[in-house]
This record gives sequence, C-alpha cells and structure tokens, in this order.
Amino acid sequence: MTAVEEAPVAEIGRDRRRKEDQRLITGRTRWTDNITLPGMLHVAMVRSPFAHARIVGIDTSEAASSPNVTAVFTGADFGEELGACINAWPITPDQVTPAHSPMPADRVAFAGEIVAVVVARTATAARDAAELVDVDYEELPAALDLKEAATADETGGPIAHPDLGTNKSALWVFDSADAGTGGDVEEAIAKARADGVVIEREFRQQRLIPAFMEPRSVVVDPTGEQLTMWSATQIPHIVRFALAATTGVPESKIRVIAPDVGGGFGGKLQTTPEEWVVWALARRLGKPVKYTETRSESLVAGHHGRDQWQKLTLSAEKDGTVTGLKVELLADLGAYVAVVGGGVPVLGAFMFNAIYKFPAYHFACQTVLTNKTWTDAYRGAGRPEATFGIERMMDELAAELGVDPLEVREKNWIGHEEFPFTTVAGLEYDSGNYEAATALAKEKFGYAELRAEQRRRRESGDPVQLGIGVSTFTEMCGLAPSRVLGSLDYGAGGWEHASVRMLATGTVEVITGASAHGQGHETAFSQIVADRLGVPFEAVEVLHGDTQIAAKGLDTYGSRSLVVGGEALVRASDKVIAKAKLVAAHLLEASVDDIEFSAGRFNVRGTGQGMAIGEIAAAVFAAHDLPDDMEPSLDSDATYDPVNFSYPHGTHLCAMEVDTETGAVRMRKYTCVDDVGTVINPLIVAGQVHGGLVQGIAQALWEEAVYDDAGTLVSGSFVDYLLPTAADTIDFDLGHTVTPSLTNSLGTKGVGEAGTIASTPAVVNAVVDAVRHLGVDDVRMPCTPQRVWQAIQAAAATEGASR
Amino acid sequence: MIPADFDYLAPTTLDEAVAALAEHGDDAKIIAGGQSLLPVLRMRLNAPEVLIDVGRIEALRGIRDDGDALVIGATTTHHTVSSDPLVREHVALIAKAIEHLADAQVRHRGTFGGALSHADPAGDLGAPVLALGAEFLVAGPGGRRTIAADDFFDDFFTTSMADDELLVEVRIPKHTGWGGHYEKFVRVAHQWPIVAVAAAVRTAGGAIAEARVGLTNMDVTPVRARAVEEALVGMPASEEVIRQAAAAAADGTNPPTDLNGDADYRRHLASVLTRRAVLAAAEV
Repeated sequence: MTAVEEAPVAEIGRDRRRKEDQRLITGRTRWTDNITLPGMLHVAMVRSPFAHARIVGIDTSEAASSPNVTAVFTGADFGEELGACINAWPITPDQVTPAHSPMPADRVAFAGEIVAVVVARTATAARDAAELVDVDYEELPAALDLKEAATADETGGPIAHPDLGTNKSALWVFDSADAGTGGDVEEAIAKARADGVVIEREFRQQRLIPAFMEPRSVVVDPTGEQLTMWSATQIPHIVRFALAATTGVPESKIRVIAPDVGGGFGGKLQTTPEEWVVWALARRLGKPVKYTETRSESLVAGHHGRDQWQKLTLSAEKDGTVTGLKVELLADLGAYVAVVGGGVPVLGAFMFNAIYKFPAYHFACQTVLTNKTWTDAYRGAGRPEATFGIERMMDELAAELGVDPLEVREKNWIGHEEFPFTTVAGLEYDSGNYEAATALAKEKFGYAELRAEQRRRRESGDPVQLGIGVSTFTEMCGLAPSRVLGSLDYGAGGWEHASVRMLATGTVEVITGASAHGQGHETAFSQIVADRLGVPFEAVEVLHGDTQIAAKGLDTYGSRSLVVGGEALVRASDKVIAKAKLVAAHLLEASVDDIEFSAGRFNVRGTGQGMAIGEIAAAVFAAHDLPDDMEPSLDSDATYDPVNFSYPHGTHLCAMEVDTETGAVRMRKYTCVDDVGTVINPLIVAGQVHGGLVQGIAQALWEEAVYDDAGTLVSGSFVDYLLPTAADTIDFDLGHTVTPSLTNSLGTKGVGEAGTIASTPAVVNAVVDAVRHLGVDDVRMPCTPQRVWQAIQAAAATEGASR
Repeated sequence: MIPADFDYLAPTTLDEAVAALAEHGDDAKIIAGGQSLLPVLRMRLNAPEVLIDVGRIEALRGIRDDGDALVIGATTTHHTVSSDPLVREHVALIAKAIEHLADAQVRHRGTFGGALSHADPAGDLGAPVLALGAEFLVAGPGGRRTIAADDFFDDFFTTSMADDELLVEVRIPKHTGWGGHYEKFVRVAHQWPIVAVAAAVRTAGGAIAEARVGLTNMDVTPVRARAVEEALVGMPASEEVIRQAAAAAADGTNPPTDLNGDADYRRHLASVLTRRAVLAAAEV
C-alpha cells in the first residue's frame, strides 16, 4: 500500500525532468518500427519519379518472382477497399477537391506518389524487388510554380488535375466591413494614399519540410476481432475515424495505436496513403504487415508546410497609427487537399492583425493545386505565416517613418487595460500584457547598448554590420472551440477527453485523448494530477495514444494538449474528489459540508480526523462500507470543449551580424520573453521554446524545399535540405511574464508553437535592419549568404550611397 | 534504407587487398571508414558486388616522421591526424582543415586516405594537400608508384589512380615555420564547404617568401590558385598586396551552381576567402 500520508510539495511550476525521456532517448521503447509480430510481412513502395504522368502500364512480373516476395500490387488491384485520403476542412462550399487515392491506378500528380507496392518476407527482399517493378509512364505537363499555376486558367498553363479544369481550389475571404468587425480597408488605404503612409510588400513563405526525427511507420495486424493499426501518427483517433469512413470497416472494429512517436511538428497530422495502403494489404493478405519509410521517402512524400506568396498592404496615419491591413495570399496545396490542407492559411486569417488595433482589415486567400508534394500543417500552421507578414510590415512602417520599430508597435498595440479586446478579425483576446513583456525583453536584451553598437558600426563602415529585429507576436492556441470550428466548416470538433482512474493501491491512471509525440505529456500531466489529487508525482501514470485505452480524443496539434486536454484532466480530477468526498464523509461519520479537501486529505473541519485519498480509494475498491446508492468507483471522465482560444504572446528581440563582403549572417543575441500563462513545468517550457526558436530561425536562414523545372525535389536529402544542429545556434536568453489565460482553470495558454511563430520575422527583420542603410528593404527567405550579398549589391547599384 | 546485396572481403595485408582488387576490378569498391560510401550504398546510388574493407591492414594506418616529410597512412582517421603533434607542428594547415571537416562522428570514423581517394571537389582535404605539395603512394598489380598532388585529382570524384590501384599513404613535405589557414564558408556547420580556401605562407623579413593556395569546391577537382600565389611571392606581406592578389583567386576556375550559391557568387567568395586565408596564414 502506498496510501499517501503527507502532502507533497506543489508540482505545478516545478522543474521536473521528463519521466518518459529515458526510454525515448535510448530507443528501448515502443517505436512503431520496433514492433514485430508473428508472420509479419514487409512492404516497399514504388514511387513515381515524375511530377505528373499517366500510368500506361506496370509490369510487376519480375518483382513478383523475386526471392521471398509474397505479392506485388498496383492501384488497379484494389477498388473501393483502398479507401481515400480525406480532406476534413473544405474551406468553402465550392472548394475544388481532387479525389485522393492512396495508390492511384491511372495518373500520378506528384513525384513521390505510390504506384505499386511489394510485399515480402523481409524488408530487404521487398526493397530489392521494388527496383524490379517496371512502370511505363507518359509524362504530362506539370503545374509547378505557384503563381503560374494560379493563373493557368487564363494563360492555358498546365493544370495539376486536368479533369478538374482549374488549379484554383478555393478562395476564402474575410472582410471586416462585411463582418461588422471593422471598417472598409479600401477606404482606409485610399485615405492613407492621400494623406498618410501606405506600405506595400510581397513576401515569400518558402516551402518547408517538417523533418520529424522518426520517419513514418505503420504496422497493421488484421488478426483478431478488431483490426489493429500501429502508426507513427499525431492523430490516432482521427485516423480511426477516417479508416472507418473511407474503407467500410466499422469504427468499432478498428483499434489505432500511436505508440511512442518521435516528433511530428504537424507532419504526422495526416491520414496518409502509406497507412491506407498497408491497411488494405493486411486485410487482403490476412497477415500482419509493416512499412517504415526511408528518410528519402519521408522528405518527398510526407506532407510539406508553408509555401505562400503574401501580398500585403498596410495603411497608416503619418504619426504611425495604423488604419488598415489588406492581405492577399496565394497558398500552394500541392497535389491534393490534405486533411487540414486549405485550412492552414485560413488559420492565419485571424492572426495577421496580431496585437494591433487595426480599424479595417481584409483577408483573401486563394488556395492552388500544383504537381508538388501536398502541404498541410507545420509547426504553427498559418500563424507563423501571418506573424511573419505583419511583423515584417511593422518594421517596414517604422523604417518608412524613421522611428524605432518598438515605438510604432507600442503606438498600435492593445493596452493591457483594454482586455478583453475584440479584434478586427472577430476574436476576443481574453488577456495579455504586451507592455510588460516588451519592457522585460528590452532590458534583458540590452536594447540601447546594441543600438549604440549598431550606430558605431554604421559610422565606421565596418564590413560586419549589426541589425536588430523585433517580433511582438501573439498566436491563437488551444484548438479549438467546437462552435468556431463548425462556423469555419471544419469536419470535427475541438474538445478533449480525460479519465482519471483511482487504483486500489493508491496510484492513479490518467488517460488523455491528446496523443503525445515528444511533448512531455506524461510528465506535465502527472504534475497537474499530482497537485490536484494531492498524490505523489510518481504515483501518476499517464496513458495515451491507444484507442482501446484512450477511447475518446482529438489528439495533439495546435498547442492544444495542455490548454484543452489539461483542463479536461482538471475537471475529471475534480469529479474524483467530489465522489471521494462523499465516501470520506460516510467513513468519517461527518456531514459532507464539513469535509475539506486539501493536499490529498479529506479532513473533518475543526477536528483532527481525516483520511488520505489513497485510503478512500482502497475503501472504494473493497466496497464494504459505502454510502447508500453509491457506485463502488471514484473513476471519472471529463470531456471539455473550450469556450475560446488562448492567446500566448511575447516579445522577441534578435541581433544579427551581417558580413557585407560575403552576405554571411551570424546570430549575435536572441532574447525572448514569452507569456504563455501559467507554467506547469519550466524545464519543458524552456525545451519547447528552444526547439521552437531553432525551427523558426531555420525558416529564416536555412530550410527550403526546392523543386527543379521537372518537378523533382532537389532538396531531397539532408545534404540539400539544411537542418540546423546545436552547432549552428547560440545560447538563447529566455524570460517569461505570466498573464494567466482566463478561459481555463489553470491559466495556461500553450507553448508548443510560440518559438517558431515569433522567431522567423525577428531574424529576418534583424538581417534587413543590418543592411537597411545600404538600401536593402527585404531579403527573401531563407536568407542565404548569396541572397543577402545580392541584395546589398542590387541596392548599391540602384541607390548608390545616397542614404 | 537497405543497401543492395554485396560480398564483403576483409584482407589483412596490402598484397591481399591488391590481389582482391585485381580480381574483382570494376565490380569492387574499397571501403575504409565508409563515411562517403555507406550513404551512397544505402541510397542505392551505387551497388558494387564486392566491398574490400581495408580497415584491418595495419600497414595502412598511422603517421610517421620521414625526415623532411610526414607520412600519413591511408586509413588513419581524421581525428587521429588532426590531433597528432607532428601534424600540428609541421603541417598545421592539415590539422586546421580537419577541425572543421563534417562533424565529430565522421572525424572519428572517416579516414584521411579515404576522403582523398573519394576526390569530392567539395571535400576539405584536397585543397590543403595541393597547397602543401603532397605525394600519393599507390599500390597496384604492377607495384607501387608515386603521384604528385597536382596530378592526383583527375576529374569530378575521379583520381588518376587506376581501377586496380589503391592508396597506401600520403607524404606531405614538412612546412615547419610556415603559416597555414583554412577558411571555410558554410551555411550550417555540418555541410560541405560552399567554397573553402587553404593557404600556406612563409614570410621572411616582412615579405612573402613562398605562398601556396588551394581552393575547395571551385571546380570539378580541388585546384591551386596559381595566379594568387604568383602575385604574392616576393611582395611585402601587407593587407593591400594580399587584397590585390586575392582578387585573382577564381581565375581559370569553373565553380558549380547549386542551392547554396551560383558560380558567380562562388567566384566572389573565392576572392574574399582567399584574402582572409592568406591574411591569417601570413599573420598580417
């Protein structure tokens, strides 16, 4: 018996090392590829090397007769039973959505698409035989460039899916005048052109690859009454739903398990062709089947992220007061509309106005189909794009007006006394304190000193110039209130589920529907429950990711686990306490009203009498002496649907050195003050911020998925897709202000994406600031040395030394 | 990813290795540290039928002092080379180039001779051995022969070794008292250099007595910047002299264009980096 006798110290706010890390880091755990089942078969995929081609014929005979090969299949060998990859968020009623077969039989729409599969007794045999499958393709014109694809209707350019007749998938528009949330942006711009300032810029959000650490892997066991799928996915519950909806297997016959999953960053928020093909193979063959992708396959076939052109127009009065913002986006969907797909840029629609009081706002996003890898969520999903756009524009406005970029922000941001504040995009921000975060960031950064150094370097003509970049960001987290998702035509809700089971020996099983893939749920959720129930941290076990155990859930993305899932956990815990209180009153022979619960003990007010929650759990297990009509169980569930998003914010300041002779950039200092509300575990928060920063910095400086003119991914390995390592980063200077969220009982806001969202514009603003005096006003991402150097050369050619 | 099937031979003497190579010829690949070859095999960009592992041949490993030169065995790891006191004293440029080669794991597995035999124009060792005038001792069925560094790199990933020859050791003349510097330009730490410059300079009485400059990733092979060398020798070791000389760094080169930069940008980089490398080597 481990019944608790003494109250533990507070867990919330405590630096706890992650309890899951030993097994995750050593790999002695249940990664999908570690799973081996009796009689298991292995799969290798044959993928199209062409971006767009008709499949004329596939000769599988040589592969089929290879040693140890069980079967070779093509799309033509399957009919409806293959199912389909789904789009859960048609953003407009008339969205053009191509059918997405997991293994098309007639035509491929991007290089990397599956055209045949080899099943063999070993992975090696499958791989060897896959090279023997002979596919006859007839190449078709490929829609590759986003802008050209967007105008193909008018120009007669290539159409990604000729049967659809257009590359335009959907046009999604928000207008503050129409919505009644603000004025008319055209009027604001016209007025500013006459008597104010208008900033117009076009920014490129390059295509990125999520590049999670564990490649995707799937095992399907068709034996037993429930078909079981293990998948390295962020969304076991959504996969289960979609398998049922598209393959005809009743949902009750499907069990999906996301065992330990090695990262996702949104890249595993997908219903993938690979999962669906392996599902069909296992059902057809009646044996367990495993597929684990190679890194090369992962880069070309796992969904990509970002990829937008952003045309922005900002109007302001001469004193810097903003009056209007117009956003016109082109977003590249790739070859198919993925599970969230077109919804990603739409999430950005609510964030371009950011922390500023724009009186008029217009947002229009055209999603476009091309013959490239499909795109979907990538860490931040819509909000990094928006934050980049607006924070770059605020720096440009400051430059135009000749004022400090922090000054122009302060003039326009929502004052802390103005919360709750309904924005021009229609969201109600519940809390925030931009002044406090900015003041702390400036102090930690040494803003004045670095500005002085920048001045000295400019004056001395130092070949290495210094720039300072600002990003005062906010984001919407805690996806999401189901009613809001409904109003946006999203195909599901945004609630989350939790269960708390009190075991007879005093330990606690906590079940969450938020399926972790590296975030540290097991640790942070244990801390929350330990505090709430007054049990030791070690006594709490967090279970997740298996639809047989975590029967209900909507999984992990959009910084929702803590804000939504954590609240469900609190509510389930409170129900346990309420039940236990009845038992305590009964056993202690006191009135329920006289029982006080504190630090794991139920005490009779005014007496020395009391019982620990573990003792009550044991008593309920025995069930020998319970109140009349009471079920012998303390276990409780809660399903929580948030009433609002949460709004983390912060001020990030970045100093970059730019070598004007080579264009090389080097980070000098990075300070961020994030307000993520109540912090459950500072160590995990620091880890999330560090990782997020590096990912955002990588977009600014290093990463880009590049296709050649034939539609081949040139950056198809880590030789060419440049991921940073610790050697490329500096010590980040982290700080926090705490303005609790008012929409959940813990006051948390979510931290998974903050670093990524905030850092990209801070870095680019710093690079541009370093060379702005040379005439540079933009550098396209990633800011490669060549691009920086060419920007300096181009500015010198057009402007000379006039500035 | 899984390589295609291959046979694996692990000779313990050089003669056995030469004989195995003679027997299997084109179908064989020599493997030492495997840091370049294994990724190629795993991505199935190449599928040799036989791998001849030369890692068990004692005679190919180690560093020795040979009077006016150091001799580095082909399978000596990068880490062993760069941390060797003789190397640091007499051919410091080599140690400096290796310090920034790939990452620590690669430096502990990858070999000096393997990297040079691989002849990647973006490899970090070609430019330094050119600058230092190394000699390559190779062995084949017909016996042994020596190839001068200037003749060793033949083409893109191709040396002047015959298919049935393998590299035994590299002899590098001592440059005791010379200044050496390797100026490497990368976007992230673990990548191949976009351009790098190896400079070895001997100064005497404030003048540049001798100068050797090698360029990485400026052509299909590592190359010497002879115009720079000629412009430096006999001149005062001054910033202005070096700046003017470095302007000719890209003369006669044919640099690649890729995602990290186009040819013109690389030419520009070559002159900036050459200036910096020579300034550092000459301690100006």
